[in-house]
Amino acid sequence: MSNPDGRFGIYGGQYVPETLMNALIELEAAYNRYREDAAFNDELTRLFNEYAGRPSRLYFAEKMTKDLGGAKIYQKREDLNHTGSHKINNVLGQALLAKKMGKTRLIAETGAGQHGVATATAAALLDMECVVFMGEEDTVRQALNVYRMRLLGARVIAVKTGTGTLKDAVSEAMREWTSRIHDTHYCLGSVMGPHPFPTIVRDFQAVISREIKEQLREKEGCLPDAVIACVGGGSNAMGSFYHFLEDKSVRLIGCEAAGRGIGTLETAATISTGRVGIFHGMKSYFCQDSYGQIAPVYSISAGLDYPGIGPEHAWLHDTGRAQYVPVTDDEAVESFEYLARTEGIVAAIESAHAVAYAQKLAPTLAKDKIIVITISGRGDKDCAAIARYRGEDIHE
Amino acid sequence: MNKIKDAFAGGKAFIPFITCGDPGLETTERVVRAAVENGADLIELGIPFSDPTAEGPVIQAANVRALAGGVTTDRIFDLVRSLRRDITIPLVFMTYANVVFSYGAEKFLRTAQEVGIDGLILPDVPFEEREEFLPLCRRCDISLISMIAPTSARRIAQIAEEAEGFLYIVSSLGVTGVRSEITTDLASILRVVRQHTTIPTAIGFGISTPAQAEKMASIADGVIIGSAIVRLLEKHGTDAPRFVGEYVKTIKAAIS
Repeated sequence: MSNPDGRFGIYGGQYVPETLMNALIELEAAYNRYREDAAFNDELTRLFNEYAGRPSRLYFAEKMTKDLGGAKIYQKREDLNHTGSHKINNVLGQALLAKKMGKTRLIAETGAGQHGVATATAAALLDMECVVFMGEEDTVRQALNVYRMRLLGARVIAVKTGTGTLKDAVSEAMREWTSRIHDTHYCLGSVMGPHPFPTIVRDFQAVISREIKEQLREKEGCLPDAVIACVGGGSNAMGSFYHFLEDKSVRLIGCEAAGRGIGTLETAATISTGRVGIFHGMKSYFCQDSYGQIAPVYSISAGLDYPGIGPEHAWLHDTGRAQYVPVTDDEAVESFEYLARTEGIVAAIESAHAVAYAQKLAPTLAKDKIIVITISGRGDKDCAAIARYRGEDIHE
Repeated sequence: MNKIKDAFAGGKAFIPFITCGDPGLETTERVVRAAVENGADLIELGIPFSDPTAEGPVIQAANVRALAGGVTTDRIFDLVRSLRRDITIPLVFMTYANVVFSYGAEKFLRTAQEVGIDGLILPDVPFEEREEFLPLCRRCDISLISMIAPTSARRIAQIAEEAEGFLYIVSSLGVTGVRSEITTDLASILRVVRQHTTIPTAIGFGISTPAQAEKMASIADGVIIGSAIVRLLEKHGTDAPRFVGEYVKTIKAAIS
């Protein structure tokens, strides 16, 4: 799946102001130089293994399997990574690359705060300055992560424009990058934005599917029948799908945040409700009105509350290689609670969207079939918000 | 025949930017007329976008006000039809790629041509992506305006050689908005540009005072001012036309 022109079918591209073009060209050149560089890859592997705790476990969820009475369920435990989510994979790669490029400062957007925490962590480790842009609304619903970022030495800027959520944080990070490029790398957190970001982020996250493949071969001697992951911009899903793209027997399923339902305006299910557009540097699917104004999307999950989707997902959808399904707030919250009770795992509300669809799919499959769910992050950050959703006011 | 070059025929050109529909289209129409009466040579009409990533806080807020007031692309086409009953100076649209793409690029450009638009500025469409819109623009005799930034460096030659209408020189890093000082070595950039094209150049981003405008006009063929005008609309609302008129007159005098 090479994409030398930065395109996935008609999707992708580099729709950014001229001011940023040189930075993107330099980034692509640096990435092409280091992606096959043995020393760079040794250093990254050492950070993955020694610092982030890779490889992450592929856990057989026996109780869930029995309870649902169908396919065998495995969980790829990205929640057990250092900083508590898959975001660290991409961040370590990009931070190391930025350092090689001579950059001394990282900026990032964050929704749930997981990417912000991961970026702040890498910046602390690699002695870099860090500024994180976070929608004001998200700084409230993810207050714990705001504190973690500050604790790690990052400056957190609450973005008040627009809906005060992830899309506004991305816009503000892009604006900041145009004003300060020489020492700053924009550590984009998902498989989105202008080329080369969708490719770079996918490649650093592809470790997830590489490990799933090896681990399942060891445990079961076969490929999975389905891989399920949640999708906002889509980085954990792209990482979970990548090494299975050529294995056509493996169903790839991305779970979008439907919010209060795809029939309402309070949704963030881009593939289900959006159409093709150009925004945040890329051509892809976006939730928008008939004049192309980007829609103020909604999901209980701050990490999936984004009106677009990465361009490679748009292409996988069009070609039918992957399938994208909507999961509502209610379903995700029920699965958040279900996984805690059944397996003793408090997963991120984002990941709970994937669990919800697996609960629907597993009983329809035979017992010799295998489903892998990527548990993209841990749910500590969500406890207060879910309690509020259930009418209970707790203090963090 | 495209008439953008007419704007630069009578000396240094002044190009005001106005966000359409801020605070309402009726005010926009009066502001445009006031600007034309006071010496504007070409006007950039901004079609608001929900998430304008190249704009600073002033123009972002104007976009929010305009969209909240219910402005749409179709109503802006009607505004231009109305302006074109008597206004003859070149008019260009400034908006974001998705506004054009989502409307249907062909339908957008045909309508723009029909109502009398001469050019299109899309700050999120760099040289590498212009094929998305360029063939359609050419078919509709609308110049797709290229931009050159302080970071363009080795890209200046290829952009300048292919430029149409006029070349938009971005004065500074960052987003639109008033700046107390412009530190980029614009004279050097303009020297390189001149080696590769004869089309007119105009400098924009960060300019607000007559002294800044005069200095920029000594380097390039024209000056673009946005945020300083949008601030007058923010402050005076429906009374803004007369203040914008005075401002345009002052700037035009400074660069003449």
